[in-house]
Amino acid sequence: MNTIAGYNFAYLDEQTKRMIRRALLKAVAIPGYQVPFGSREMPLPYGWGTGGIQITASILGRDDVLKVIDQGSDDTTNAVNIRRFFARTAGIATTEKTEDATIIQTRHRIPEKPLSEQQIMVYQVPLPEPLARLEPREAVTRKLHALADYGLMHVKLYEDIARYGHIASTYDYPVLVNGRYLMAPSPIPKFDNPKLHMNPALQLFGAGREKRVYAIPPYTKVESLDFEDHPFSVQRWEDPCALCGAEDSFLDEVVLDDAGGRMFVCSDSDYCTTRQAAGHTGSQSPVAKEAA
Amino acid sequence: MNPLLRVNGLSKRYGERIGCADVGFDLYPGEVLAVVGESGSGKSTLLQLLSTRLPADAGSIHYQITGRGLVDMAHLSEAERRWLLRTDWGFVEQNPRDGLRMNVSAGANVGERLMATGARHYGQIRATASDWLARVELDPARLDELPAGFSGGMQQRLQIARNLVTRPRLVFMDEPTAGLDVSVQARLLDLMRELVTDLGLAAVIVTHDLAVARLLAHRLLVMRQGRVVETGLTDQVLDDPQHPYTQLLVSSVLQV
Amino acid sequence: MYVAVKGGETAILNSHELLAAARRGDERVPEITPAQIRQQLRLAVARVMSEGSLYDEDLAALALKQAAGDQVEAIFLLRAYRTTLPRFGYSLPVDTSRMALRRRISAAFKDLPGGQVLGPTYDYTQRLLDFSLCEPSASPLPPRADEPLAEAMPRVSELLGHEGLMEEELPLPGDPAPVDLSREPLSFPADRATRLQNLARGDEGFLLAMGYSTQRGYANSHPFAGEIRMGEVALEIVPEELGFAITIGEITLTECQMINQFAGSSTVPPQFTRGYGLAFGEAERKSMAMALVDRALRAAELGEETTAPAQQPEFVLSHSDNVEASGFVQHLKLPHYVDFQSELELLRKMRNRHEGRMKVGAGGTAPTEVAAEENA
Repeated sequence: MNTIAGYNFAYLDEQTKRMIRRALLKAVAIPGYQVPFGSREMPLPYGWGTGGIQITASILGRDDVLKVIDQGSDDTTNAVNIRRFFARTAGIATTEKTEDATIIQTRHRIPEKPLSEQQIMVYQVPLPEPLARLEPREAVTRKLHALADYGLMHVKLYEDIARYGHIASTYDYPVLVNGRYLMAPSPIPKFDNPKLHMNPALQLFGAGREKRVYAIPPYTKVESLDFEDHPFSVQRWEDPCALCGAEDSFLDEVVLDDAGGRMFVCSDSDYCTTRQAAGHTGSQSPVAKEAA
Repeated sequence: MNPLLRVNGLSKRYGERIGCADVGFDLYPGEVLAVVGESGSGKSTLLQLLSTRLPADAGSIHYQITGRGLVDMAHLSEAERRWLLRTDWGFVEQNPRDGLRMNVSAGANVGERLMATGARHYGQIRATASDWLARVELDPARLDELPAGFSGGMQQRLQIARNLVTRPRLVFMDEPTAGLDVSVQARLLDLMRELVTDLGLAAVIVTHDLAVARLLAHRLLVMRQGRVVETGLTDQVLDDPQHPYTQLLVSSVLQV
Repeated sequence: MYVAVKGGETAILNSHELLAAARRGDERVPEITPAQIRQQLRLAVARVMSEGSLYDEDLAALALKQAAGDQVEAIFLLRAYRTTLPRFGYSLPVDTSRMALRRRISAAFKDLPGGQVLGPTYDYTQRLLDFSLCEPSASPLPPRADEPLAEAMPRVSELLGHEGLMEEELPLPGDPAPVDLSREPLSFPADRATRLQNLARGDEGFLLAMGYSTQRGYANSHPFAGEIRMGEVALEIVPEELGFAITIGEITLTECQMINQFAGSSTVPPQFTRGYGLAFGEAERKSMAMALVDRALRAAELGEETTAPAQQPEFVLSHSDNVEASGFVQHLKLPHYVDFQSELELLRKMRNRHEGRMKVGAGGTAPTEVAAEENA
């Protein structure tokens, strides 16, 4: 595909890209620390992935292969739109295959297929400050981070257990990176939190509207906060995926009719289709249907 | 015995106005010092300075840190200072709403300092919080209730429990009984006296109420216009005031 | 059989075409041109330039056309374009005391050197719908004054300054260059230059509501419209190769200086203080609201009690930008299946627990036993 005339490779000018890469280098050097950067207005609205787009634009090379997912899927409108944006402004190759991608920009999920050292994850982040709901003043939260004063976060978790019997955060579940910085992993389900830990891939996080980037370098310790007697746990489903039979993936609930009929299917569309192509089936697959 | 807190020449000005001038004293472990005076006498400023919430213009504060001896507070890093504030020190606000988190349960209020200092066992934090509620005569069954539903006296007792849970050695109190009914005040004073004795707490209590000072304090510091005008053992000062201002203060209130 | 939704790309392209058709409307009606918008909707153009942070009437008019009149969308378009423009340099500070005035009023003094100049304003019109505008009309010849305006029009704040009644406005020590908010992230505490930059880009509706709140008791302010002036000022730059200032054009500005009483402090005698507002084009409502909010945000530095929302810099400055606000509010339209799925799981779990509790309360059975009975 040809790129649009009048714009630089991957839209941003080289100086801006260099500024963002410098911020990213700092972020990698201090895992989990939020680095302020001169976020630019992008031709996509704030809150729609401008932080992720700016990171991707600044690290993208001509040989890169880009995969963009939203909610785990390559087909959702925003994922399509961002993929189109880079195909038009950088003319790079895109893919839906997790293993073929060198850069994966994501909103709200981490692919099920394990990543490699050759890959970079770019997360779109709406609210980078994990303490914001407890303490809205940035001048204060900055100090709490500087002093690693995170008692407040545990007060919230304590309160959850006292009120609901368990920790009520199910996504954007707070983590401690490299034993030092409290970090918001972006609104991924807590199901994905264990994948953050010791991941071989470089993980970069961008919040455009809030003008912050942060990072988890490869093979970094990432702990989900919990109590000794209420350890962190992830969601489990009673049924496997209705299309590919996977028992180890995050499932979306699909409403089939207005009489309460529903089924559960993989949220990671590439994972599901790959498994189906390899002959795996679920209760709603054509093969299973025909057999029944 | 070494002092727990040594204060020298502490001064603070607000523009032309004197907040507090050249205040000095030693406070020993387990000792309760009351700072008395009218409003505007500088006693609240002094408390702010002592608790390092307000930077002083001149003077020094030394504190006996376990294993380190008397340390100049000005030489502590912000991290060390904050650590001290949430472990070895306490601060009881006049208005319990300023000292409590009103949007989390009583248990979380008491447990916060424990969690801030590394406690990570929910059941143990809860059990400790529950013990402390009982100690300040609050019903442990109300552990999961928000403080907003508590009366003023109960909120004040909860604030005290929240401060004492880490077994601090030094507590600052700013008019802790002001704003409470007389009968509630008496009960709270009894409780505070008991806790101070049981725990061997040192405390600096700011009050305009000489009855509170008489009941709780070993020693008195009488302040006027930012300066200390008289100091001594509580009974001595109240029964035989030397400075004309102290005499006025003592004679103007009901004797206790 | 279940088939996942596919074909996003085609749907998106179709949506673009529907949008273009809706923008054009009925083809029997002549298409509007950016030139018409620039000439005849000048106040809309001014707002887009101010909040879009780019003084270009043609581009602002184009943005308004493309956005079908949606101002916030037009502002967004202009901002996104602005980001891609190279920086040639920074202008010298504009001198509004040398403004070629078209309007200048003061509510603080009945008469003042230079006089009151009403200029083009809706202030003294009766708000009756004018049906004669349904038909094309010839432009009336503008009335001309008998004599030209005075050369020097001192600002009201300077008149008060001679008496020492007005606070002095001095550059910060060392006169540091202000932060460029379009290049650097906003950080707190923010100095006044940064705050003013943020407010100048801020949403007019937001500033209006914030300013209004200060008049209704949410902040203790007693403002007077000391002076509002509108007109053209010259824009000067110093090219490196020349070494002296040259004029590169002129822009229309509206400036408002609010005068507020200040009780004084231990070091400062009682005096008047100012709130400042400045906007591109004719934008009186915006610059007045901005001046009110600017003054409210100075509460902390003046040692005043800060209790109201308009006095909290983090609250005001973090929420003033409509491009940020619009994007984030509307991002709720993006799919949230995954988060919602997690919430759904949680709610079901909580309801199960709740039901268990209810049954315990009613029959005294432990929750585990309830579950066993249900299974049986």
